[in-house]
Amino acid sequence: MDLETPQIAKKAHAGNFIIIRINETGERIPLTIADYDRILGTITIVFQVVGKTTTLLSYLNEGDDILDVAGPLGNAIHIKKYENPVVVIGGGVGIAPAYPQAKELKDAGNKILTIIGARTKNLLFWKDKMASVSDELIICTDDGSEGIKGVVTEPLKKIITEKKVSLVIAIGPLIMMKYVVLTTNGSSGLPKIDTMVSLNPIMVDGTGMCGGCRYLTNTGEVYFACVDGPDVDGHTVDFDNLIKRSMRYKEQEMKSIEHYDHECKAIKKLNKDKNE
Amino acid sequence: MEEQKPNDRIHNFKEVPLGFTEEKAIIEANRCLQCAKPLCVEGCPVNINIPEFIKHIKEKNFREAIESIKNFNILPAICGRVCPQEVQCEEKCVLGKRWEPVAIGALERFVADWERNNMLKSCPECMPPNGIKVAIIGCGPASITCAADLAKYGYDVTIFEAFHTGGGVLVYGIPEFRLPKAIVADEIDTLTEMGVKIYYNAIIGKLYSIQDLREMGFKAFFIGVGAGLPMMLRIPGLKLIGVLTANEFLTRANLMKAYSFPDYDTPINIGKVVIVIGGGNVALDSARTALRLGAEKVIIVYRRSEQEMPARREEYHHAKEEGIEFQFLTNPIRFIGDENDNVFQMECIRMKLGEPDESGRRRPIPIENSEFIIDTNTIIVAVGTNANPVLTKSTPELKLNKWGYIETDEDGRTNIEDIFAGGDIVTGSATVISAMGAGRKAAITINKYLLKNK
Ligand SMILES: Cc1cc2nc3c(=O)[nH]c(=O)nc-3n(C[C@H](O)[C@H](O)[C@H](O)COP(=O)(O)OP(=O)(O)OC[C@H]3O[C@@H](n4cnc5c(N)ncnc54)[C@H](O)[C@@H]3O)c2cc1C
Ligand SMILES: Cc1cc2nc3c(=O)[nH]c(=O)nc-3n(C[C@H](O)[C@H](O)[C@H](O)COP(=O)(O)OP(=O)(O)OC[C@H]3O[C@@H](n4cnc5c(N)ncnc54)[C@H](O)[C@@H]3O)c2cc1C
Ligand code: SF4
Ligand code: SF4
Ligand code: FES
Repeated sequence: MDLETPQIAKKAHAGNFIIIRINETGERIPLTIADYDRILGTITIVFQVVGKTTTLLSYLNEGDDILDVAGPLGNAIHIKKYENPVVVIGGGVGIAPAYPQAKELKDAGNKILTIIGARTKNLLFWKDKMASVSDELIICTDDGSEGIKGVVTEPLKKIITEKKVSLVIAIGPLIMMKYVVLTTNGSSGLPKIDTMVSLNPIMVDGTGMCGGCRYLTNTGEVYFACVDGPDVDGHTVDFDNLIKRSMRYKEQEMKSIEHYDHECKAIKKLNKDKNE
Repeated sequence: MEEQKPNDRIHNFKEVPLGFTEEKAIIEANRCLQCAKPLCVEGCPVNINIPEFIKHIKEKNFREAIESIKNFNILPAICGRVCPQEVQCEEKCVLGKRWEPVAIGALERFVADWERNNMLKSCPECMPPNGIKVAIIGCGPASITCAADLAKYGYDVTIFEAFHTGGGVLVYGIPEFRLPKAIVADEIDTLTEMGVKIYYNAIIGKLYSIQDLREMGFKAFFIGVGAGLPMMLRIPGLKLIGVLTANEFLTRANLMKAYSFPDYDTPINIGKVVIVIGGGNVALDSARTALRLGAEKVIIVYRRSEQEMPARREEYHHAKEEGIEFQFLTNPIRFIGDENDNVFQMECIRMKLGEPDESGRRRPIPIENSEFIIDTNTIIVAVGTNANPVLTKSTPELKLNKWGYIETDEDGRTNIEDIFAGGDIVTGSATVISAMGAGRKAAITINKYLLKNK
């Protein structure tokens, strides 16, 4: 989905996100800026329908307004030319935020090896777009309906065994990022490689004010994903804790949906493949 | 003053004190001695002419009363409700030495409410527009005051606010039952009537830098971004689910109206027993909000004693009446979670008071072998805030002190000629009225600066 917001488009960089609120009673939800066009003054968001806000968002038509859009938030990733190739991994909706990072790194002269993965074929998207900024594109699906059958860490292992790699970027579900980090942190017998992950804990303000987005490092330090991230050094993150935290409001989010739509239309839509 | 009964009010978010009736206000005003050298005025950070406005109330000239106040304070409905009067104006009132001081705050609130309820609020007069653009960053009480004063001087004022609504801590911190949001909204409306433009969702430092604003033609800047960053306790178990900062809790509850969930979409879940750590207004507000959200038991754990508690006295009394439990001289040492990382207990240690520390308050010292455990479902940490770095990081030339707050002189000047600042981002967490005072001072300084550079 493209949003017309020239000022944000002007300032956006890979790694930034926005916070939107659809209506007066709505939640504030964060979404990554997946692409931007400074000339048209637009930014692109890609979202997965998981709950009420994203459902409402999916009902919007071209030309509709969104009540509030605040951004660009978070730190842009550091772009430079690395000595060896960079591996960019996008899992599920994470493919979208991985794209601008691959693009900016490619523009900076890096060799980009991209792996994208999803549960099944029709959840994959932006294959061509990704290919256009990658030197090599590997596709995998859990069920083998397209590309390699298996999870993204399989091709990753292969790459880092065979080649020298300067950096790995992994964006996707927490569990995926956790396993990517386990692959690259030197504990698996494979070489240790710097790994950036993109955290998406529950956020309220996105400006460092509430502390709701805090995450812990393995050594117990506290950081705020919205102002210290969202892209952070994966090797330091306590993923198990983040995974548990992310479930905190599950029960109530379900209530919110039920309240909103007794016929559960929204829930039916939930699994509907959704992109742009 | 009439109040909602404790048993009723813990089930709603409506205001607790109901305010004076006209008769009561006049009776209270009659108690004022009209001192020739009124000490109360010295106690008020913005030096409201207290005997004068009280005299007008005595004589039933409510309109004159409110106009008199507004010469000093543009947000009387707010200050009358949230000022810590017991350490400001009312502390100094001579009657207080032997009897109860005059209820100055309640009288101030009364005339402000009288004006609003009778729809008599008028837009303050502004000088003819001079076309000079001034940018105000943040929309808390410091900024609101600065913006209003500059608009009166005729400047073309734009406020940039990070959130989708104005008021700062007045809307996302202080709860509805202490300060109805409609009152804040009303004040923001007055600002727009005065021609102040408000640009919401505009995070300065992200969407625009100060340099961008300069290029857009703004000639001076006031920074009133508050002290946003919550402080964390460095104790084991911080990662547990159910341990949250007061900022997150109050923001969810107030700004995002989680108390109307599921009509509003933002959820909150607290369980039966809630512990709040801290002894300031933030701690009390969190505790009382938790009670209203359905907690069966709320315990405040504070490491010093009752006397040192920095919270507003009236709120402490209200909290006690509402059945909030207080564990004074108690410090948390560890949060304890189950196998799913849900917090279910907190270990504490008893404290005793030692010698006074730098702040002049007696330093709490742990008592050996006094550890004990409290069962709980949610822990809310309200132990203070730090400076929010979002704006200051994007303006590295701006001089900060070692805690990250902006350094200014008495009149609100920073080390950069066209940038001024005030409120919590300069002083650290303080009060609404001191933030307003700083906003007003800065407006005067900005006016001088712009007149000189015309
Ligand atoms: C920095 C950042 C960038 C993100 N970028 C994207 C993106 O590009 N595309 C995308 O599809 N999603 C993205 N997300 C996740 C997205 O914000 C959530 O999917 C969204 O908030 C869910 O809202 P909802 O009302 O539809 O669902 P809800 O009913 O609120 O929740 C459904 C599920 O989502 C989880 N959730 C709820 N609120 C949040 C929240 N604020 N943050 C994270 N998870 C939440 C809940 O735990 C629940 O399991 C991002 C999150 C962050 C923090
Ligand atoms: C729960 C609680 C209870 C309190 N109770 C009392 C009380 O009873 N009495 C009392 O006197 N005081 C009380 N206080 C303190 C008082 O509210 C503050 O001292 C006062 O609000 C400070 O005003 P300010 O204008 O400096 O900043 P704030 O009110 O903090 O406002 C700052 C504004 O700037 C915005 N902002 C921040 N960064 C940016 C950016 N980069 N770009 C744009 N906008 C930005 C914020 O969103 C916010 O709206 C309480 C505080 C809290 C948290
Ligand atoms: S502004 Fe505050 S301190 Fe001043 S008179 Fe009013 S209540 Fe008292
Ligand atoms: S000190 Fe008390 S009695 Fe004297 S003028 Fe002030 S309010 Fe009235
Ligand atoms: S979202 Fe509130 S501090 Fe990060």
